[in-house]
Amino acid sequence: MTKITMTVNGKAASADVSDNTLLVEYIREHLRLTGTHVGCDTSQCGACVVHVNGQAMKSCTMLAAAAEGAEVTTVEGLAASKDDLHPMQLAFKENHGLQCGFCTPGMIMTATDMVKRYQEAGKELTEDAIRHELEGNICRCTGYHNIVKSIQDGASKMTTA
Amino acid sequence: MNHMKPTPHDAAPLHVTGAARYIDDIPMPKNALSLAFGLSDVAHGKITAMDLDAVRSADGVVAVITADDLPASNDVSPSVHDEPMLANGTVHYIGQPIFLVIADTHLNARKAARMGKVEIQPLPAILTIDQAIAADSKFEDPIRFLKGEPDSAMKSAPHQISGSIEIGGQEHFYLEGQAASALPQENGDMLVHSSTQHPTEVQHKVAESLGLPFNAVRVETRRMGGGFGGKESQANALACACAVAARITNRPCKMRYDRDDDMMITGKRHDFRINYQVGFDDDGTLQSVMMEHFVRCGWAQDLSLPVADRAMLHSDNAYHLPHAKIISHRLKTNTQSATAYRGFGGPQGVVAIERVIDEVAHYLGRDPLEIRRANFYENGQTTPYHMTIEDSVIAPLVDQLAKASDYANRRLAIESENRANPDAILKRGIALTPVKFGISFTLTHLNQAGALVHIYADGSVHLNHGGTEMGQGLFTKVAQVAAHEFGLPLDMIKITASDTAKVPNTSATAASSGSDLNGMAVRDACHTLKGRIAAFFAIHFETDAAVEFVDGMVRAGSHEMTFADAASLAYQNRISLSATGFYATPKIKWDRMAGRGRPFFYFAYGAAVTEVVVDTLTGENRILRTDILHDVGASLNPAIDIGQIEGGYVQGAGWLTTEELVWDDKGNLRTHAPSTYKIPACSDRPRVFNVELFDNENAEDTIYRSKAVGEPPFMLGISAFHALSHAVGYAGASDIYPNLNAPATPEELLRAVYRNADGTDAF
Repeated sequence: MTKITMTVNGKAASADVSDNTLLVEYIREHLRLTGTHVGCDTSQCGACVVHVNGQAMKSCTMLAAAAEGAEVTTVEGLAASKDDLHPMQLAFKENHGLQCGFCTPGMIMTATDMVKRYQEAGKELTEDAIRHELEGNICRCTGYHNIVKSIQDGASKMTTA
Repeated sequence: MNHMKPTPHDAAPLHVTGAARYIDDIPMPKNALSLAFGLSDVAHGKITAMDLDAVRSADGVVAVITADDLPASNDVSPSVHDEPMLANGTVHYIGQPIFLVIADTHLNARKAARMGKVEIQPLPAILTIDQAIAADSKFEDPIRFLKGEPDSAMKSAPHQISGSIEIGGQEHFYLEGQAASALPQENGDMLVHSSTQHPTEVQHKVAESLGLPFNAVRVETRRMGGGFGGKESQANALACACAVAARITNRPCKMRYDRDDDMMITGKRHDFRINYQVGFDDDGTLQSVMMEHFVRCGWAQDLSLPVADRAMLHSDNAYHLPHAKIISHRLKTNTQSATAYRGFGGPQGVVAIERVIDEVAHYLGRDPLEIRRANFYENGQTTPYHMTIEDSVIAPLVDQLAKASDYANRRLAIESENRANPDAILKRGIALTPVKFGISFTLTHLNQAGALVHIYADGSVHLNHGGTEMGQGLFTKVAQVAAHEFGLPLDMIKITASDTAKVPNTSATAASSGSDLNGMAVRDACHTLKGRIAAFFAIHFETDAAVEFVDGMVRAGSHEMTFADAASLAYQNRISLSATGFYATPKIKWDRMAGRGRPFFYFAYGAAVTEVVVDTLTGENRILRTDILHDVGASLNPAIDIGQIEGGYVQGAGWLTTEELVWDDKGNLRTHAPSTYKIPACSDRPRVFNVELFDNENAEDTIYRSKAVGEPPFMLGISAFHALSHAVGYAGASDIYPNLNAPATPEELLRAVYRNADGTDAF
């Protein structure tokens, strides 16, 4: 067993977990934040993406212990408040960027990370860049068209602040 | 034409915040257990010994169950009771469940499941189509469709071609893997949550596995994270395992396949070989077509017979075949049991006739589109199964698309570029292919649906029906029907989970039928309720004015009140505000053995133009542009319908290009994860993607004259396959037809590029 301590969605969280507990397992089963999904179990589909210290990570292949002391954000903690939507969440909703919804939280977490990185680097987030950046997130329903549209729309409404 | 509103998916606010619950997200009681199957590693053999001691003593294991421990039926088949949940003495494929581990956690169950020592004495395994043909291994005798005199028409035709195409299968890769849970209730009853397209069948199979009548089992399904046909029958095993384990332990049980297990255990799209012979005249008009389908069905019958039937029923696609003979062989092999997958055999049938048309065009040196146009159905002509076509719009639809996409000029430009630069490494190609897809379950009795609608005394509406939500937007569309009927805003309609206790005896949400059937059933229930309120108003207000339900108001002449007040008043006057609705599709009648009748209520039409570029040194390729025009009738929700079309196209193109299933010579599926099985990523979608709806009300009286949309657009992806064929046709031995097999992987494209001048493979 290992004692882990981290901040999840702005709140302190700690627990004694077995050494091999995955970050996604800790988030879903201990903290009951089930918006982070497990799609392929092997870090290829991207349904499990969360932010660890502000960076997109696939939580299905990261040990919870490896996030010791980290700031973790899940899709549940993305919006400024409970009644709000983050601009990227709103964009996915309004641009029909989802069908079955299973990949959506991972898509949104990857998208917000991508926009932030490009904005911070002062680089333009072109359509080609979005395609490239989304290589690690699979959607089987939409054909990606509305996902790209959602990310473009969300990016235009996000500021680096 | 009036389309309804492009309302967002009803659960969109939940999906974007992570609040939407899938099976694995539903809170379980603290004493809940997790399950995993121990699998066969032999394709065919007799189980001679099983040593499960190490499994039983593994960390966290509560119990281990084999076929001998089951309380009642050991069968999860959707058809002919040939599919034991746990192997019963014999194993039939690599990946077949042999024993069930019940443990405290998902990980412990999975770990323990690997510790079983099962001795299997191998028997000869039949893996391929050729092996199955040689062994005459099949599920039924060949089925034949016959129209006219194909043999004599073939002989008298000015030209003949014969050939063969191999068409690969496809993994569903629903993002949410298979999952179920079971909670024991009082008196032996069972409550099951299942990620299934067919809650009623899960109810039946669970009841049988517990030895209970159907009324002792309740199955609830709020949503699936994708289905695509893969949760029509494949969900049965997990639900039954959970129910049996819950019965034995008297504790709640949950099971989800991890992705590798999911791909090893569950069925996929059927792979086909189709041999063809075609007779045609100088203009490319088809005179006789003969096809022989060899269908690899896997080890259990599952839904293979109707899948193979639907392939035959689409061997004409949008073309009139004056004389036709279609023969279908349903082969039994020691591989996963092939199952329903979007299109249900239809796409394989369409691929073959499109190949025929393309090859005829190559033979005559003509643009394939000219040959397609020369053979499109005219209304009044009959199909190879003797149904008269009455609603075809394929010719005007294709004309409109060809014009909008500038097909002719683009093709000319590509041809002259390729001809002018024979040594260019990059070759472009373009193709336009049509789709005509028959709508209705071919098993006629499945074309029925029920609904349950309550109006509460505050005017809020509770909606339930027999369909399931897998992302296709069915719940949104059906709620739009209820809102429209009552003249209410959509947020007054509460969409609720599919539940066998609310609407019984439902059909699978499959065959694209969800909104056609359930939309009509809901409208029927709404009509009943409106009729009761109207009759009450007539007496209460002593008026014979017609009663209207618009803009949240109920109006009878000068009498007007809000819907909520009307509901309250009706309640106080003891009017029933709950109604069931029902719908059965009219006009259909089908004799599958004779190959005659009207299996379909109507057809959905569409067409796509795809342009690709191929690197002839590596086989690498890209879709540069896709233009689609698709017929959804008067759309129930244009945003949702266009989403289905875009997603269907990409999934169809994936099937025919990158998605390759590989079994080794032991029958072991070697592509059982996304690392080795390549489904389209964002970068694979067309660079330019134009999708439009065709302006066309359904000729038949469907819900608001809309048309089904789930499966038909899948076949638009076939245009990508033909565009690749067009491109590689300019490389290597360019006077030989490329003769691509599907999927057209880079390897397959290179095979076509580097063929010898006599058409044989160079490597």
